Amino acid sequence: MKSIRFRKAVLRVVSSAAISALPALAGAAGAVKFENCTWCHGASGQGYATAPRLAGQRPQYIENQLLRFLNHTRDGPFSRQYMWGAAAALSPQAAQGFATFFSMLPAKASNDGDKELAARGSTIYQEGIPDSNIVACAPCHGPNAEGVREIPRLGGLSYYNLKTTLEQWERGYDAAAEPPMPRVAGKLSRNEIEAIASYLSYVK
Amino acid sequence: MKYIGLLLAMPPAIVAIVFSTTSSAAGADTVAISGQDLQAKTQYCQDCHGLSGQGYSGFLPIPRIAGQTIKYIENQLLAFSESRRDKNISVNMPKVHDVSPAMRVALAAHFSSLNPEPIGDGPRDLVATGKTIYEEGVPEANVPACSGCHGPEAKGKAEIPCLAGQLYPYTEKELTDWSKERGQNPSNESVAAVMTPVAHSLSQPQIAAVAAYLSYLKR
Repeated sequence: MKSIRFRKAVLRVVSSAAISALPALAGAAGAVKFENCTWCHGASGQGYATAPRLAGQRPQYIENQLLRFLNHTRDGPFSRQYMWGAAAALSPQAAQGFATFFSMLPAKASNDGDKELAARGSTIYQEGIPDSNIVACAPCHGPNAEGVREIPRLGGLSYYNLKTTLEQWERGYDAAAEPPMPRVAGKLSRNEIEAIASYLSYVK
Repeated sequence: MKYIGLLLAMPPAIVAIVFSTTSSAAGADTVAISGQDLQAKTQYCQDCHGLSGQGYSGFLPIPRIAGQTIKYIENQLLAFSESRRDKNISVNMPKVHDVSPAMRVALAAHFSSLNPEPIGDGPRDLVATGKTIYEEGVPEANVPACSGCHGPEAKGKAEIPCLAGQLYPYTEKELTDWSKERGQNPSNESVAAVMTPVAHSLSQPQIAAVAAYLSYLKR
């Protein structure tokens, strides 16, 4: 208990800029407190198991996903089970406030992919697989998987989350996601997904 | 062009298409590509350039190719695969754009026939200035009017590209980085060299203005 309180205190000092968003958030969010998010996504937003890292994510991406959970267009199994309820009480201002807050938190790479697959993942990420008509990830997501505007940062996300998201599209979930993601992911083999996810989990 | 559109609407049966590659420098008279290969490759282009070839502002600005002249698309595909263009972009452009001559013709014909609405992403307050520069050039900087070569409506012709509806960040980037991105093989005379003095003589605000104007122009 003590160490959690201490870590939270450090977080508040370190993320003072992010914290300045919180008083405004308290009014806008109403019944939703930021602890509702950190319960699953971690005290510093680094993610845990099925809940992805939110720290350092592109704010427009977070905001868009919250709205997509709210209107149920993002419909994967974990989305339904956890996020539809979590996002149900969010106003648009609250979604924006949370997005800004988490985007400003420092992000750590999860470093949990398969090291031996990472080199192949890097090649697929930068070049795609032209012979299989699979586009490269880099032109949209950036050379360091940093993302931009509404395009998510992928660098350092956990192997498990990246793999699950890519496989969900393959299985037909979240078909309303921004093109071309559902179609591109649908062309990837299981090995290719594991390689990409492994590579990205190490990208800072 | 319509024939190819019809072909793409068919189920992916193997259909032999015989193309006369008169516009290709490769010299092959007729080559067959399958309808299935063409459909797969078209989707591959769409995945970055948009379902209607309208372009996309990713980390890199990915240009509009809809309504582009056939000759220009063919030339760019060749320039990429020969590393004469955009060497310093991290994506492996030569590999991405490396297709057979017959496929180049087919893809160029398909995307040239499309005409979606421009994305229209330039700053609106620059459009009027951009229109003036486009139509009159910048005489004091020896910059000719763009309309002289690209046409009064920026539709282009043959190897001179259509500029109408092009993405603002893309046009801006190309004009700003022209000599770094284009004509990268000095021993291979490139049509791109024509644009080098123009790009150099335009100031950054002038580039932004022209790019903004073009981003809203409908074909």
